[in-house]
Amino acid sequence: MRAAVLLSVEVTLARLAGRISRLTGAGGGTTLPGKLLARINPDALGSLAERLPLGSAVISATNGKTTTAAMAAEILGRRLRLVHNRAGANLVSGVASALLGRRNADLGLFEVDEAAFPEIARRIRPRAVCLANLFRDQLDRYGELELIAERWRATLAALDPAAYTVLNADDPLVANLGRGRQRVVRFGLDDPGAARERLPHAADSKYCVDCGTPYAYEAAYMGHLGDFRCPACGNARPPLDIAARSISLLDLEGSRFELTTPDGSRTVELALPGLYNVYNALAAATLARVLGATLDEIVAGLGRFRAAFGRFERIQVGDRTVLMLLVKNPAGANEAVRTLVDGGPPSLAILALNDEIADGRDVSWIWDVDFEPLAECLDELVVTGSRADELALRFKYAGLDETRMEIVPDLGRALDRGLELTPPGGELPLLPTYTAMLALHRIAADRGLVRPYWESAA
Amino acid sequence: MKVVVGHLYPDYLNIYADRGNMAVLARRAAWRNIEFDYRVVGFGDSLRPGEHDLLYIGGGQDREQALVAPDLAGRRAELEEAIEGGAAALAVCGGYQLLGQFYRDRSGAELPGAGIFDHYTVAGERRMIGDVLLECELGPDARGTIAGFENHAGRTTLGSNAVPFGRVVAGFGNDGESGFEGCRRGRALGTYLHGPLLPRNPWLADWLLSQSMARRLGEPPPLAPLRDEIESRAHEVASGRAFSRGGRAN
Ligand SMILES: [Zn+2]
Repeated sequence: MRAAVLLSVEVTLARLAGRISRLTGAGGGTTLPGKLLARINPDALGSLAERLPLGSAVISATNGKTTTAAMAAEILGRRLRLVHNRAGANLVSGVASALLGRRNADLGLFEVDEAAFPEIARRIRPRAVCLANLFRDQLDRYGELELIAERWRATLAALDPAAYTVLNADDPLVANLGRGRQRVVRFGLDDPGAARERLPHAADSKYCVDCGTPYAYEAAYMGHLGDFRCPACGNARPPLDIAARSISLLDLEGSRFELTTPDGSRTVELALPGLYNVYNALAAATLARVLGATLDEIVAGLGRFRAAFGRFERIQVGDRTVLMLLVKNPAGANEAVRTLVDGGPPSLAILALNDEIADGRDVSWIWDVDFEPLAECLDELVVTGSRADELALRFKYAGLDETRMEIVPDLGRALDRGLELTPPGGELPLLPTYTAMLALHRIAADRGLVRPYWESAA
Repeated sequence: MKVVVGHLYPDYLNIYADRGNMAVLARRAAWRNIEFDYRVVGFGDSLRPGEHDLLYIGGGQDREQALVAPDLAGRRAELEEAIEGGAAALAVCGGYQLLGQFYRDRSGAELPGAGIFDHYTVAGERRMIGDVLLECELGPDARGTIAGFENHAGRTTLGSNAVPFGRVVAGFGNDGESGFEGCRRGRALGTYLHGPLLPRNPWLADWLLSQSMARRLGEPPPLAPLRDEIESRAHEVASGRAFSRGGRAN
């Protein structure tokens, strides 16, 4: 009783902090209330989550977790009241803030940072977790993939035995987490026609988890994701429970695929392009299914879905459009480049590189991205952000002539310059790292082009 | 003119943008009409005596390094012959560790090294991560600062006769204590500074190219200067980062 009263006092205080943060323009209040609550009472996260009658589901991955969570929310949100950390505030404080911000929800749906997943899962005891992929990302912050996978394994071992585990069977390291577990549901692509001829330069996890032999790929789809098999010991992709077949990528407009489930197959029309969004849709569909969604709800929800914040988001600026694609690591950037180039090679683009903690202070990752196909088609490139020179170097050594590059470190000015170079009716691709994306969004909000992110997150 | 480059285990050791270092060497050679003959040296491929002018070995994650270590250690004699024969070399991060005597991890297990450099590495409690600035003097006409990024758990101790690659101005370096970074043996360099080491330190890239050609020419030829405007600015920014937030030994 006393504990409950105390918690409600703390909750009120923390909510107030969020409101003040928004009113004073300090930010969206997407993490402050949670930070405050975590400081006052670290157990509050579990207590708040416990109040959700249908429990919680947690999504983690290096790439696509924001989009996947938003897709799952679109599928489930018509029938259930959701609490969802939509603005990408995916640490303990962000999840706590989301829980504080929404009373009377039925189900919690949280995207969580790879490193924060163990603590969040331990506290909120989810009834379903979806682990979608592991790529090298900000090694200065997260450490090596094997280490993250080991922490994930320990976290899964401590879950409620009744909880569902949704895994990407195409990722060897992730698929391996399902061994010996009950209630595992696996998704993956089943369309060799959509495969690449070979692995990209900086593919991760391409050696057998059991014996270290390089995997042979029946089909390599994205980074090291694919239909893998070890020629030495036989370790292989496990059978798929939910699959995408007959995939058509429709330039920059979207994609279409056959969603195959034990309940039957249906065509999914997705307004997002690129194979990586097919993966996101599959992850969302599989998670939604274990949470009780029908096939009709899944197909309709995915069909309604539009881009998540900064992830293939189109922003109208007069008669021009900015197409914002967040890039934050080699695998994600490779897919963004591939999607852009396959969708009709752009002749102009802006790339923005910051080196704050959230971007990764080590910018060496840009050298692991296959930027060459983009460098080949660009007539003009505007590079910006606090490490704009480093990006310019990357493109110089990718073969883009220096005279085709403009180095404009200030983000706002770079955006103006890009728009100036864009013909009326044209579309300007903009590829920013995380903090550059937030800053550019703020600039767009100040100009009245988009709603501030905490409003769109409400 | 021609430079034959042997890249050791690029499929395994390719983290932190080792490819970027290679791209820089290739372009800077091409801009001077030097033929850049790139060859992969994988498992079981032999290093034929006198084949390579430059050897490159990069870094990997622990697992990949463990996979590569026995094969690399078995090449001790052929690597020794290549280096003694005048080939230049650049070893980065994990590759730098594996060219030493041994690498001992936290559990006490040891990976054998190829013994090209007189040093050994022991994994420490805390990773040393951050921007670095070095002062290096590789010759009377080859001195300058080197700006890079380090991320290593290993503490490398140089043998009593080993020569460091540089002196740490800001950052951790080999062990966070000695004030030294990397190791040098004639034309062979080893360093923790990974990723875009050469793009933002073009003078080092040119030193390596020139040293690579020395094997055939008898001495390192002068190279035509290039317009390194973006390179200098990137170097400046990275140096500033090392001062403002590079690792501090304590
Ligand atoms: Zn195997």
